[in-house]
Formats: sequence, C-alpha cells, structure tokens
Amino acid sequence: MSLETILTILENNWEMFLRGAYMTLAIAIISTIIGAFIGFFIGIMHTIPMKKKSFKSMILKTFNFVLTVYVEVFRGTPMIVQAMVVFYGLASYGLELDRFIAALVVVGLNTGAYMAEIVRGGIVSVDKGQYEAAQAVGMNHLQIMIYVVLPQVARNILPATGNQLVMNIKDTAVLSVISVTELFYQTKSVAGANFKFAESFFIACMIYLVMTFTATRILRWVEKRLDGPEAYKMEVVRKPENIM
Amino acid sequence: MEKIIDIQHLNKSFGNNEVLKDVNFSVNKGEVVCLIGSSGSGKSTLLRCVNLLETPSGGEIIYKGENILKDLKSVEAYRTHLGMVFQQFNLFNNLDVLTNCTVGQVKVLKRSKEEAKEKALKYLEIVGMSAYKNAKPRQLSGGQKQRVAIARALAMDPDVMLFDEPTSALDPEMVGEVLKVMRMLADQGNTMLIVTHEMEFAKEVSDRIVFMDKGVIVEEGHPSEVLVNPKHDRTKEFLKRTLA
Ligand SMILES: Nc1ncnc2c1ncn2[C@@H]1O[C@H](COP(=O)(O)OP(=O)(O)O)[C@@H](O)[C@H]1O
Ligand SMILES: [Mg+2]
Repeated sequence: MSLETILTILENNWEMFLRGAYMTLAIAIISTIIGAFIGFFIGIMHTIPMKKKSFKSMILKTFNFVLTVYVEVFRGTPMIVQAMVVFYGLASYGLELDRFIAALVVVGLNTGAYMAEIVRGGIVSVDKGQYEAAQAVGMNHLQIMIYVVLPQVARNILPATGNQLVMNIKDTAVLSVISVTELFYQTKSVAGANFKFAESFFIACMIYLVMTFTATRILRWVEKRLDGPEAYKMEVVRKPENIM
Repeated sequence: MEKIIDIQHLNKSFGNNEVLKDVNFSVNKGEVVCLIGSSGSGKSTLLRCVNLLETPSGGEIIYKGENILKDLKSVEAYRTHLGMVFQQFNLFNNLDVLTNCTVGQVKVLKRSKEEAKEKALKYLEIVGMSAYKNAKPRQLSGGQKQRVAIARALAMDPDVMLFDEPTSALDPEMVGEVLKVMRMLADQGNTMLIVTHEMEFAKEVSDRIVFMDKGVIVEEGHPSEVLVNPKHDRTKEFLKRTLA
C-alpha cells in the first residue's frame, strides 16, 4: 500500500467516492430523522395515561401491542436481513421500490425501533413533578407533552440520537446487498475495476471516519447551543424598594 | 360567607391503605386556612384531591356550588381556578422564568401573548423576581424558584391558592423570603389553603387552623384556640412535639 497508489485512485475515482459518501450521509441523516419521529410517536403512545377498562384503552392497548411487535422484530434481527426481506419481499409482490427509498425504509424503521426505547426512557426520566405542575395549570395530556415534557426529552436524548446517527453512517454499508450506491458499494466498484482492494477500502475508511467524527462534533455543538449561556441577563429592577 | 371549596365525606385509599377517612371541611372566600399535622397524616393527599391530581375514592367536592366529582365537564378548566404551589417547586425546566408564568395563560386560558406577559411581569414583580425573567430554573436558588412558582400560579387568576409545604424543601435562610410573599398575599385577601410546618407563620396568617392526624380532621378553629388551647390530646401531643 503506497501513498502514491492511494492518490492515483483518488484522482481517478473521486467522483465515485464523493457520490457514495453523499448517498451514505443522505440515508443516515434522513433515516435518523425518520427514526426519531417514529421513536417519539411510539414513546408517546406508550405513555398515554389510560383509564382502566374503557373502550378507548382497549384500542390503545391493541395498537401499542402492534407497535411493540414492530420494535422487537426490528431490534431482534440483523439489518442486512431486513434489507433483503423489505426489498426482495416487496419486489415479489410486484412492488419495485426505488433502492434509495428502500434504504430509507429499512434504516428508518430500524432506527425507529431503537429510538422508541430511548424516547420512552427519556419520557419516564422527566420528573413526575413537571407533569403534575403542568396539570395544575390546566394543561391536557397533549399540551403537557408538547410544551413541557417532550422538549426536555428531546434535550435529554440528543446524545443517544447522535449515537444513532453515527451508527447509521457506518451501518448503511450493509445496504450494498440491495445495490444501494452508498460508499461501501461504490468502493467495491472502484476496487473491482482497479484490483487495489487495500488502498480503495483505506480511502473508504478515512471517509467514514471523517463523516462520523464531524457528525459527533456538530452534535456536541448543538447540545451546547441548546443549553444556552450559563449566565442570564439581569433586568434592571424597576422598583428598588422591592419586597426582597 | 361564600364557600369556595366544600369537601364532604371525602375518602381516599391507595390499595387497602385508607389515607383519608370521611374528611369534611370548607374554605370560604378570602379565608386563609392552614392544614397542619404530622408527616404521613394525609395533608398532601387532601390537597391533591382538591385539584384532582388524586382521584378521591368517595365523597364530594363542591366548588362554588358545583359538584366536581359528578358534574365536571373538564378537569382542565376546573384546575385553572386553583393555583398550586408544590414543595419541590416544579418549575418547567425547559422554560425561562417569564415563559413559566405565561405558558398556562396562553395555552390554557387562551390569553394573548402580550396580555399574558404583562400579567406575568406584574406577579413576578410582586414576588420580587421580575429581574430574573430571562433566567432558567436551574440558575435560581430554591427560594427564588418557589417565588416564581407562586407567580406562575397567581398569573392564572385562581380563586384559591393551594400550597403544599412550600418552604419544606428550602434551606433555612430562604424560608423567610417565601413566607414574606405568602404573608403579603394573605394580607391582600387572597383565598389560601396552606399545608405547613411553620407554626409561627400559621398562627399569624391563618383565619383557621385544621389539624389532621391519620387521615381524619381531629380539630379545627381559630389559631388562638387550636394552637394555644387545643381540645384534643392528639393535637396537644403534636404541638408539644413540633414546638419543642
Ligand atoms: N401515590 C401514593 N400511593 C400509595 N400511597 C400513597 C401515595 N401517596 C401517599 N400515600 C400514602 O398516604 C399517606 C399520606 O401521605 P401524604 O398525604 O403525603 O401525607 P402528608 O402530606 O401529611 O405527609 C402516607 O401513608 C403515604 O404513604
Ligand atoms: Mg406532604
């Protein structure tokens, strides 16, 4: 393996690598977002307070059971197998999915299954007093979730979500089995043409590393931004003879 | 005298633990009632039953002539008439001080943002916290948090203020600032139902003291009777322990 070979490969194939990296990033980011939405949805469904033995709670229970099955199936099977089942399974019913869409479905559903647990944990870990105080000012369940609980959950699960994104950047490599033109697939093509496997995959390695490292840094920065400045601005007290 | 809250034969059990047993009492308009009693006697549960954070197992709650447990259309609307102050403050952690005091007004009472802000600032001024309107709860001391929590409740223009041991979670040097605010509210003629262990304070501000023990109201009356010349042995016992 020499630096010269690596540079030559880059020079001849940079467009392939770039398109692969772009595809990898696009799939990872979009499906993390999809997964986060699914996760929030399921997390909320699983924490709706239920009155015992009402018709509504029966429907909700049934629906939640279906959601639980989904979570277990997607967490309990390898993504590479899920990709095959979704893509070729649907194709056998005559539903020819675009490969990019198929990739989003597989990775999105997979992420959603993990995010569901993360969000549920996030909701449960918000202090019960927050919910009660919101009830006390007259908010209903939906309002409490939207204005009080979920913003705190979103902040709390940001690190775990960032982790999911990093995993997705790496795990999209398995999508090459359904010929999605992400970075791994592109690298295989390059290597297949020039027979320089070590060098070609070394390049892929570096690109993956740059992407995951950058993603991590950006998320850290977002976390800091969300927390705001440590100090707050004091307003000039209007009445100096204030009670305190 | 207009009865605002009238509680009749209230029972509450958790499993087979009977926490409230046939509790009868009322709060009149403009009255300050202090609820005292040893820890575990059911004071919090009683207060929480009043605003339906706990569902009573039996009995009646009459709010301004309306039977809450029978005819209630909206729990949320009912709760806006009762301002609740918690022992643990329970400020919304994701919102700054000002928004803590406006979110209920805007989302529940459907007031305009401007009106809500004006009202919030008015009450923050009263509790001496308007200078901190941009601060997040985690940047405040316990006493400051509790004063904001009081302003948040007042901003909803409730008919009654409920306080559940508002100073019990505070460092000793911060108790005074909160009691000062409460004393002022009492002087202004607010209707207040206060659970407290601050006997001096209770003696000064209350029109009536209610002593609870093991889920029943043992004795009630003017502070000069209940605190100075208690009739029942259990009251004497309790006072001897707490004042010692
Ligand atoms: N959510 C609950 N589940 C079960 N038991 C409870 C619950 N809340 C309170 N209790 C019980 O009810 C009794 C009275 O509690 P509480 O009303 O908090 O008393 P106090 O406020 O006077 O200290 C206690 O024995 C307590 O263990
Ligand atoms: Mg209590």
